[in-house]
Amino acid sequence: MTTIGGGVPATVPAVAIEGLYKSFGKLEVLRGIDLSVDRHEVVCLIGASGSGKSTLLRCINLLEPIDAGRITIGGDEISKPGVDVNKIRRRIGIVFQAFNLFPHMSVIDNVTLAPRKVLRTPPDEAASQATALLTRFGLADKQAEFPDRLSGGQQQRVAIVRALAMHPDLLLLDEITSALDPELVAEVLGVVRELATGGMTMLIATHEMGFARDIANRVCFLDAGRILEEGPPERIFRQPTEARTRQFLDRVIAAGRLEA
Amino acid sequence: MAGLLSGPGDSGDLIGVRGPSGPRLVHERRSAVRSTAVAAISTVVFLAVITLIVVNSPGWSAVQRSFFDGEVFAESWPVIVKAFWINVQLFLVSEVLILTLGLVVAVLRSVPGPVLFPVRALATIYADVFRALPGLLVIYILGFGIPALGLAGVPVDPFLYAVLALTLIYSAYVSEVYRAGIDSVHPSQEAAARSLGLTRFQALRHVILPQAVRRVVPPLLNDFIGLQKDTVLVSYIGVVEIFRQSQIRSAATFNFTPYLVTALVFLVVTIPLARLTDVLIARDRRRGAASAR
Repeated sequence: MTTIGGGVPATVPAVAIEGLYKSFGKLEVLRGIDLSVDRHEVVCLIGASGSGKSTLLRCINLLEPIDAGRITIGGDEISKPGVDVNKIRRRIGIVFQAFNLFPHMSVIDNVTLAPRKVLRTPPDEAASQATALLTRFGLADKQAEFPDRLSGGQQQRVAIVRALAMHPDLLLLDEITSALDPELVAEVLGVVRELATGGMTMLIATHEMGFARDIANRVCFLDAGRILEEGPPERIFRQPTEARTRQFLDRVIAAGRLEA
Repeated sequence: MAGLLSGPGDSGDLIGVRGPSGPRLVHERRSAVRSTAVAAISTVVFLAVITLIVVNSPGWSAVQRSFFDGEVFAESWPVIVKAFWINVQLFLVSEVLILTLGLVVAVLRSVPGPVLFPVRALATIYADVFRALPGLLVIYILGFGIPALGLAGVPVDPFLYAVLALTLIYSAYVSEVYRAGIDSVHPSQEAAARSLGLTRFQALRHVILPQAVRRVVPPLLNDFIGLQKDTVLVSYIGVVEIFRQSQIRSAATFNFTPYLVTALVFLVVTIPLARLTDVLIARDRRRGAASAR
């Protein structure tokens, strides 16, 4: 049996979600999600705003407590009571729509904070690792800058690097280009493309349909808290079987966000 | 990757606004000089008129005798300024304790979970009670009440009770200031920190508090201007500080000039602090405008 990374058999999915339910008060946001992502797989979540994409990602990261269901990461169940959420979150990186960089810290400190405090990496080692990552993503000259001196695209690339510095098994990307000016979207998507090429397991909530079509191994269409349809991008975008998926894609095409 | 590596250019040139140049600059400089001159002349004339009116008004000589006696001023100011050293000590020791206790109370008020409800409740009750009570009452109760119990090992030095009372009173206010600062940091900052695996405490320590404290420096300085002035209240429990000393000097000379000395000392100390607060608030406002997106 082939093993990768932390000695976990390759056949164990990176994430497996069964029967996930989540409500905010009376509002049912997730109504029975079943989803499995294999190692080195890139899965894109598409769907209208409010369909539950972001909530699903936040549940996987345990930023939101779930009401029912099971989530396993690399075979370990993380949704049962008594698990150490801090240990689990180290293995799962998440990048947010609004970057959420720490504004009182320089770029390098943003990236090294978690390795230093959580992994207890010695400061000079954390710094050299961070420099290597920042250099790889074209941010070598921004290390000493503070976030408010960077463009949105640069900030989002720093946020991706900050997540990568923890060497996560899995990266969750929550509409990471939605807050960017259009001309800055490409540089951020370029980073994600490179990560996909490098084999990073990713679960991506996105409104960038062209990007999803290019990068995803699989696309899931979320509607009202359920995965209504999933499959390879060519099929979902060309021949969706569900009427709701077709409607959604027609609206996206009408808005000029996807070529027909 | 090439397009990716060369992100957008530095935005510095967007921020740097160029000033006027050439004839317009000369004109602006001239009019600036002119308005400064006009303001100076107008101020001098204004002050001269006020002084003339005051000095020539009936009763001025009585006021002068009572409040502006040169001889009393000369002999009382060294004693009074020396007594102010007690206020400075009170202020400095209390300030350190207040900044610490206020922060602890603010943090305890936001600890999560049902088990820690009593801790939250206690911190809330403390802040409510000590903001509700008049400061002088607290100083009396502690400064006279505790030594009067006559318990073994209880200190009698009024300075200690003064520090204790001021710390308890002001920490309640300061905990509210800190709490406002903590609340002003957007929850997404904590989410970002926790998502990287930081514990709740690490997120508070490294992400939330540094941002919160920076934002509340001006209101904290305001509270400390108040504290400086309130140090005179402890004269009531027998601390011979600046106000008590000026009372003693006033009684000895049958003259109010010692109080004027005390007033001048407070003006000299607190007005620069008030100006500093204004400068910090203005700086924060500029920064806020620059980083708003």
